[in-house]
Amino acid sequence: MVQYSRARLDASFAALSDPTRRGVLEQLGRSGASITDLAEKFHMTLTGMKKHVGVLEQAGLVATEKVGRVRTCTLGPRRLEEETAWLERYRQLWDSRFDELDKVVEELKRKEKLDGRKKRE
Amino acid sequence: MDARRESELSPMKNRTTVERKSERELVVTRTFNGPARIVFEAWTRPELFKQWWVPKSMGMFLRSCEMDVRTGGTYRLVFGHDPSKPDEFFGRYLEVTPHSRLVWTNDEGGEGGSVTTVTFEEKDGKTLLVMRELYPSKEALDAAGTGAADMMSETFEQLDELLVTLGASAGRS
Repeated sequence: MVQYSRARLDASFAALSDPTRRGVLEQLGRSGASITDLAEKFHMTLTGMKKHVGVLEQAGLVATEKVGRVRTCTLGPRRLEEETAWLERYRQLWDSRFDELDKVVEELKRKEKLDGRKKRE
Repeated sequence: MDARRESELSPMKNRTTVERKSERELVVTRTFNGPARIVFEAWTRPELFKQWWVPKSMGMFLRSCEMDVRTGGTYRLVFGHDPSKPDEFFGRYLEVTPHSRLVWTNDEGGEGGSVTTVTFEEKDGKTLLVMRELYPSKEALDAAGTGAADMMSETFEQLDELLVTLGASAGRS
C-alpha cells in the first residue's frame, strides 16, 4: 500500500513538473475539454497535447473517454481514492464509537448479573 | 484482511465494516457481545448514549443531548465548548421498535438530510448491528463525504495543496 502510494506520488509529481500539464489540469478543473480544444488553447500540435494528456492519464490525474471521433478529457480517478480515504475515516469514527459502546454493553451486562443475583437472594 | 489473526490478538474486539451499498447509501455493521435489549438500551437512553457517541479521539465536546425516543419524537445533540457557536444535530424518530429497529431523520442540513436506520439482530447472546444511512441523492452523500475529506490521508492532502498552488501560478502566467 505504501509502495503503491509512493509510485503514484512519483507519477503525480512527474506529471506536475511541466507547466503545460499544470495548465491543462487547471483548465479541466473548470470543465472537461477535447484534446483538440486543449491543443488549440495551449498553442500546441495535436500530437504534443496527446503526449501531455497521456502522462496525466498515467498518473491518474486525468481520465479520457472517446465518444465518436472526439476524445474528451476530465479530471481523473484520483477522486476515487479520496472517496476510499473518507470511507476509511468514517469507518474509524464508527469503530471508535463502537469500542466505547462495547464498554457500555459490558457495564450493563455486569449490572444485570448483579441485579439478578440480588433478586435471587 | 486476516480476520482470524486479528481475533487472536484481541478476542473481544469485533470488526466494524463500512460499505457504500449504492450511490445514495452507506452501510455500517458491527457485532456486540451482548443481547439486543442491552445494545438497544445503550442507543436509546441519553445517559448511556452520551457515554459512547463522542469518543475522546474525536476531540468533540457534547454539551447537551435531548432524546425523546418514540415514533414521532425528536432529538437534539449540541456540540462545542462555546455556547455562541453551537454545532447542532437534530431530527425526528420515524420508527422506534424496542430491541430491534430505530429509524431517524438527520435534519440539520435542511432538505439534503439522510435517514438513518439501525437494526439489532440477536443471535446466541450476541447482537449484529446494521446501520444504514440513506441520502436523498448521490450529491448529498458525496457532500457529506467531502465534509470528512479534510481528514484525508496526509500525503494526498499535501499533493492537493501543491496542485492548488501550482494551478494558481499556472493561471497567472
